Amino acid sequence: MQQPRLKAQAEVSPVQAHPPTAAAGATEQSAGPSGSSAALLSGAEITIQALIDEGVEFVFGYPGGAVLHIYDALFRRQDEIKHILVRHEQGATHAADGYARATGKCGVCLVTSGPGATNAVTGIATAYMDSIPMVVITGQVPTPVIGSDAFQEVDTVGITRPCVKHNFLVKDVNRLAETIRKAFFIAQSGRPGPVVVDVPKDITDPSIKVPYDYPRDLRIRSYNPARRGHLGQIRKAVEAMVAAKRPVFYTGGGAVLDDAAAPLTELVRALGFPITSTLMGLGAYPMTDPQFIGMLGMHGTYEANMAMHETDCLIAIGARFDDRVTGKIEHFCPHAEIIHVDVDPSSISKTVKVHIPIVGPVGSVVTDMLGILRGMGGRPDAEALAAWWAQVDAWRSIQCLRYDRESALIKPQLAVETLYQVTNGDLYLTSDVGQHQMFAAQFYPFDKPRRWINSGGLGTMGFGLPAAMGVQLAFPDAQVACISGEASILMCIQELATCKQYDLPIKVILLNNGYMGMVRQWQEFFYESRYAHSYVDALPDFVALADSFGHVGMRVERPGDLEAAMQEAFAMKDRLVFLDVVVDPTENVYPMIAAGKGQHEMHLPPTMSERELA
Amino acid sequence: MRHILSMLVENESGALSRIAGLFSARGYNIESLTVAPTNDPSLSRMTLVTSGNDDIVEQIKKQLNKLIDVVKLADLSDGEHIEREMMLIKVRAAGPDREELKRLTEIFRAKIIDVTDASYVVELTGASKKLDAFISAVPEGLITEVVRSGATGIARGDKGLTL
Ligand SMILES: Cc1ncc(C[n+]2csc(CCOP(=O)(O)OP(=O)(O)O)c2C)c(N)n1
Ligand SMILES: [Mg+2]
Repeated sequence: MQQPRLKAQAEVSPVQAHPPTAAAGATEQSAGPSGSSAALLSGAEITIQALIDEGVEFVFGYPGGAVLHIYDALFRRQDEIKHILVRHEQGATHAADGYARATGKCGVCLVTSGPGATNAVTGIATAYMDSIPMVVITGQVPTPVIGSDAFQEVDTVGITRPCVKHNFLVKDVNRLAETIRKAFFIAQSGRPGPVVVDVPKDITDPSIKVPYDYPRDLRIRSYNPARRGHLGQIRKAVEAMVAAKRPVFYTGGGAVLDDAAAPLTELVRALGFPITSTLMGLGAYPMTDPQFIGMLGMHGTYEANMAMHETDCLIAIGARFDDRVTGKIEHFCPHAEIIHVDVDPSSISKTVKVHIPIVGPVGSVVTDMLGILRGMGGRPDAEALAAWWAQVDAWRSIQCLRYDRESALIKPQLAVETLYQVTNGDLYLTSDVGQHQMFAAQFYPFDKPRRWINSGGLGTMGFGLPAAMGVQLAFPDAQVACISGEASILMCIQELATCKQYDLPIKVILLNNGYMGMVRQWQEFFYESRYAHSYVDALPDFVALADSFGHVGMRVERPGDLEAAMQEAFAMKDRLVFLDVVVDPTENVYPMIAAGKGQHEMHLPPTMSERELA
Repeated sequence: MRHILSMLVENESGALSRIAGLFSARGYNIESLTVAPTNDPSLSRMTLVTSGNDDIVEQIKKQLNKLIDVVKLADLSDGEHIEREMMLIKVRAAGPDREELKRLTEIFRAKIIDVTDASYVVELTGASKKLDAFISAVPEGLITEVVRSGATGIARGDKGLTL
């Protein structure tokens, strides 16, 4: 049932769409004007037919006036394309996003005009910041009244412009099919991203039928994403890598998005270099492998950040030098020659000047690197590398992620470690935003890409639960969990109803510390513990809440009960279980580099003395 | 440094706001921006004058190229080029100022294109600097109104910015 990946098709030019399936069912075939036998379809039917021709499995949506014609067309094609009715348009976007992150395919949403579109904006921006392929079809008021402040009118193209890869307002039904084709192509090629197609209601009028011919060949003259890296630059990079004395790989979300895990793993193993990853890149290289030295950045490991600070050759693969990674730019990798591979030229030298830029899809560039390395027969300097590893291992030996395992309260770190054991490391884990997100990234080692699904760029609370719906729909038999906080989960809690409607057996692991923990931590560190509005007073009884939505609620309060509770939860294969884990309200995430500090200026757990660092 | 960026842009309704929005969202300078159709009805020509250090201008060009509506972009400042801007300027011209302003117009090879007993409208074309010079040459307090088109430009030589 897996469709062939459209992305692969988008990479060949001219682009091939799925052959239009003869518009079956509701519409009769008739000869088009040119004598070719194109079906006559209304704009509403075209919208649905185009999605079917794109191979879309799921549409996440919510109806309303401006999209009623489209919903009516959808009603008649329900066997061919499944609509998932969410409970808030933000949920639709995050679900489509989670689906896209887990599968590599394009997520699809359908929402109405005005409030439907504005509710979707947070999810569109979330997908944009993390470069997730998504097509969002928004209804719009009829063309004759656009601009008149009509009921439920909002300038959707204007509002979404800064947070989409591209957007379209369709003004002619004859261009609808082509526009949808373009939207899918743009969303999935090059650096992926969300594309909005705004469709006024009159364009979908069921009484106006036009010939439908889904364009198979598509060229956009102004859009030519890089398909290969420059071989001369790649050779230069490989030479620099082989000559390096203290090299480190730094991989980001691009390695996951381009499915570069296999060649990346081969290259890193062939060279024997340490590798670190951003929050978004986790799993592209197996995290349990000894060459993996942990996540880097604000809450990265001591060894990863120190290696970054001391390296003489930084190999950045599909990463974008975000401020949460670099810390203060002046202190970033001061000794390094920097190689940067990215499909988006505007990512290169945006914040940090790089020495060997390579624009291209990271999978193909890494594969080319491997080829050149093998062809050269060069080997890295074994002696230098051994000395470098000795240094990295010395940093690693301080065990910067240590925490109090004897605590009478459940430590959030322990909860994540237990989750790992209970799931045997075989899990799709979505996350909300806060301390729980960082603990998950630090304590759940993902050995495969597309397993760790979180909002890194925008940091959107409320992302986790709807994203998990998209993942579970894509992989009905897989274990899917959402790790969350008691503040985050309430931001999209209504989606528990969607989970019930579609029988999604997600496991919600709530690390309930009673605080907006991440906010509380910043207030403790930087505002002398003045906890301004970070205490979440009046929390619901989550067990009863889960129960009221028709799910199973459980609470666990003692470390000794944790494992059994999780076992029990995951044993309920066909139920959503909401596990309210009452954790230590005062725990902080360490290590931490304060905003604006250098990579090497980390706060370490208070239990560690300065002496241990020397 | 000042750069003149010349672009061929899809003649789509959203193109201008995408470009303007990019500059405001990312905090880049726009000194001037002109847009007009070309001989190809599907394309507009846009000339944008901006300033910034090399890194910023490099980023500006990459970000512009990333916009789907931007078909082609050239930085005219990279090579020999011709820059022209048009200005219409209304000045108070009474008494002895009248002669003085007329002389000034001649020196700058400008044209007086509208006359009343108390005013002139002067038309002047040239590089933006020349227009600046004219404005500062007009005696204090005589300027009623300044209308400038913003700079346009074209590269010297036989090559064109075409598809
Ligand atoms: C929509 C949104 N609003 C505000 C924030 C700022 N913020 C970041 S973390 C956080 C607290 C999250 O609390 P909780 O979900 O309980 O997670 P914890 O940190 O306690 O694990 C807040 C408010 C955000 N990231 N997203
Ligand atoms: Mg909390």
